[in-house]
Amino acid sequence: MATYQLDITREHCPMTFVKTKIQLSKLNSGDLLEVFLTEGEPLTNVPKSSTEQGYTVLEVSHVKDNIHKVLIQK
Amino acid sequence: MGIPETIPAPSGSQKKLSLICFSGDFDKLTATFTLATGAAAVGYEVNIFFTFWGLDAIKVKQGHAFVGKGFLGKLFGFMMGGLRNAPVSRLNFLGISPKIFRYLMRKKNVATLEELVEAAKELQVNLYACEMAMHILGLQKSDFVHEVKDVLGVATFLELSEGGRTLFI
Repeated sequence: MATYQLDITREHCPMTFVKTKIQLSKLNSGDLLEVFLTEGEPLTNVPKSSTEQGYTVLEVSHVKDNIHKVLIQK
Repeated sequence: MGIPETIPAPSGSQKKLSLICFSGDFDKLTATFTLATGAAAVGYEVNIFFTFWGLDAIKVKQGHAFVGKGFLGKLFGFMMGGLRNAPVSRLNFLGISPKIFRYLMRKKNVATLEELVEAAKELQVNLYACEMAMHILGLQKSDFVHEVKDVLGVATFLELSEGGRTLFI
């Protein structure tokens, strides 16, 4: 089981979701992905769409300013 | 009656979005591929049916090229100019505006049209070409990128899009 990181804090719609989805598709089952994202649409919808697609959102935590971390397990 | 906050998704195992890509304009293609990649990334099955000017977006040759059969077909193919030369639908200024848009998109870290097209391929968005428009323009499946799954008519597209949402762009 490996842990990967993805920073989408500088991305805009739709690449926030696109990069998360592509990264998740490359992982093996059980691997973890730490996604760094900003408030608003990414924070609302990246955890939601990940859950809807069968991934497990283990944690959503505040990092600093408007940046949050979402920990997703494949 | 107000607009509902959320539109209920159609019933079925997987949500589905089908786009009819009629326009070959830079801005409308950007809208098409933004919707397509965004929807695919959040778990939708996505179909894009390219017809008329939209076919320009999926040609192998992305610049001005004499693609197509017959004199008029080749002439149209050359004048359409491929994805690289797609004009904007307003204020095109002889092709300067798309260059300005591309510059602004890169500067503001927004995905460019080319990046969106590549993302759509990577997300396995289903790309289809319109048989009738191909026939008019003298195009063959081999003129398109290999990710184009099939050449379709209206009846098959309606079957594919059934049970989901469909947009004409």
